[in-house]
Amino acid sequence: MKEEILYIEALNIGYGKGKRSLVVHRDLTATLYRGELVCLLGENGTGKSTLIRTICGFQPALGGDASMNENNLFQLSEKELALLASVVLTDRVIIPNATVEELVGLGRSPYTGALGVLNDEDRQIVASSMEKCKIQHKRKERLSSLSDGEKQKAFIAKALAQDTPLIILDEPTAFLDLPARVEIIQLLRNIVSTLERSVLMSTHDLDLALQMADRLWLLAPGQDLLEGSPEDLLLHNKFQGIFQSRGIEFDNRTGLFRVGYSYSSYLTVQGHGFEYVLLRRAFARKGIRIIHDTQEGRCLLRIEGKKEKPFRFYLDGNLVFSEASIEKTVDLSLKYLESDD
Amino acid sequence: MKRGAGRIPLVIVAAVLLLLSLIIINLVLGSVHIPFREVRSILLTGNSSNIIYENIILKTRFPQTLVALGAGMALGVAGLLMQTLFRNPLAGPSVLGISSGSSLGVAMVMLFTGNILGFTFSSLGAWGDFAVVISSFLGAGIVLILILIISHRIGGSLSVLIIGVMIGYLSSSLVSMLKFYSPEEDVHNYVIWGLGNFSRLAPARAKGFALITVSFSLLSVLLSKSLNLMALGDRYAANLGLRIRRARFYIIVCAGFLTALVTSFCGPIIFIGVAVPHLAKLLIRTSNHIYLVLNAALIGGVTSLLCNLIARLPGMEQELPVNSVTAFIGAPVVIWVIWKRRHENRLE
Repeated sequence: MKEEILYIEALNIGYGKGKRSLVVHRDLTATLYRGELVCLLGENGTGKSTLIRTICGFQPALGGDASMNENNLFQLSEKELALLASVVLTDRVIIPNATVEELVGLGRSPYTGALGVLNDEDRQIVASSMEKCKIQHKRKERLSSLSDGEKQKAFIAKALAQDTPLIILDEPTAFLDLPARVEIIQLLRNIVSTLERSVLMSTHDLDLALQMADRLWLLAPGQDLLEGSPEDLLLHNKFQGIFQSRGIEFDNRTGLFRVGYSYSSYLTVQGHGFEYVLLRRAFARKGIRIIHDTQEGRCLLRIEGKKEKPFRFYLDGNLVFSEASIEKTVDLSLKYLESDD
Repeated sequence: MKRGAGRIPLVIVAAVLLLLSLIIINLVLGSVHIPFREVRSILLTGNSSNIIYENIILKTRFPQTLVALGAGMALGVAGLLMQTLFRNPLAGPSVLGISSGSSLGVAMVMLFTGNILGFTFSSLGAWGDFAVVISSFLGAGIVLILILIISHRIGGSLSVLIIGVMIGYLSSSLVSMLKFYSPEEDVHNYVIWGLGNFSRLAPARAKGFALITVSFSLLSVLLSKSLNLMALGDRYAANLGLRIRRARFYIIVCAGFLTALVTSFCGPIIFIGVAVPHLAKLLIRTSNHIYLVLNAALIGGVTSLLCNLIARLPGMEQELPVNSVTAFIGAPVVIWVIWKRRHENRLE
């Protein structure tokens, strides 16, 4: 039996109270177990951040129940909550002169005395947290001199030092470049797998979430919160419904979004492999659909991978040009296709 | 520059030494030069070969030095508390409108009563001074209570800051109305009060003032854990177990009390409260408020004593008003600090 870390039931989230309240989303029910990485996905405005803030206790729920480690979430004091969940937020933090070590040290606050002085055990936990987050080498650096990715690692180290069963992150990969995104998610994956912590993070990085998350929470306006493993959700075609409202096609096989092209013309291509895939994409952008292998029309593009210039264009069976660059191939082909019309 | 843990004790020790030497220089230098030996024997044994020296030291310089020391420490610490609470480098003791409340209280007494009762306020003498302190403290206290009630009702610190600044404007506008309808002599007195002065207190009261301000400034170290967390922002602080509203209450009470005290007895001293925290942070280069509060207190005392010294440089007939000196000395220092750090491309 998996251990329940967080459980929300029929939760209504939003702002204000009484008659003037604004419900962002209602009737949310989901569970998060120990040792799981859960990604919360949804478009902007569906209430991802509101849900995260409600779970963190930063704003009151407008109805429903939530429990953390079998305690009623809404009856926990700040101090008790600090021992159960740590957070990494999108809030901009500027602390004059603060070093990475000082920031991570603040993560020990729930355990320190009135003046917040760290003892040996605290210092050891701070050091090992920085090590696990691979930010140890920057421990004496000021936060203001770190890159966005390093700063995020420092905040994750702070959350780790807080030593809570659950770590909650609000879009930890926003504003990061691709390598940093991958690194952060790998780091979180690692924390979950080796330290038996649970992680709940909201994100827009669908492809990374599909690969790294144990389970997903999908949030769409006016619909129930869908939860399940990425594979099950793909299997049952759940993503389509979530994103369909915005006219985006979701490809279940690749887990990627497809952009719909409108085609005005076509071209026969013989060949296969990576060159073929790239060529198809480049032509699709120009509104030309590629037809594979059949002989139709007067034009033919053949991919001969072993040649120095693999892209060879034939008109009525005669070689017109050969090219090594896809960009030039597309440009030249367009010219012949136009004159052909 | 030395970095790491070794730097902090170094800075603190240097600041203490600087503070002590400035206290001595403040006693020695002035329109009349009194040798250090004489100063020492007057302060330690209470008598001197020269009765004039004794009078100057005990009745003027010593109380003035004590008041400058206490006021500087209090304003430095109050400014740091406000800058951290509001996470705003431009915040200072005056942002909560407490010194404006003080000024309004004083204006009420100085300008309003005189107007209504038909005599000029300055004719009251010593009773007038007493009334000024009381009214100033009342004005500050009322604003402080108002701010505390608002801060308890409102979630975000930024809203508290904006309301504080607005209350400041409100009091200033009331003061200017009062000024407009008051006799010239009272307005002149009010303006003089507003320029700040470290020498209004009699020796006994000066000791009491210094005792309270210095001890409260140093006691603010007890707020350092809350301050460290507040610097992270309200949400992070709450997540680390801090009860935001209560912590904010204590910080505002502490900063407000220090500001009210200084303003009531010295007038609204400008600049020290904004500039000193920056100097303190720059020198000590840590974000831990245990050291920051301590250093802000020390640097506050140093700055204030330095200004007091310059205000009555030897060779000048009259003492300059404190506020003219604080900004005149302080502003270039802050500009220089920022200019020096321009390559770091950040303002912290």
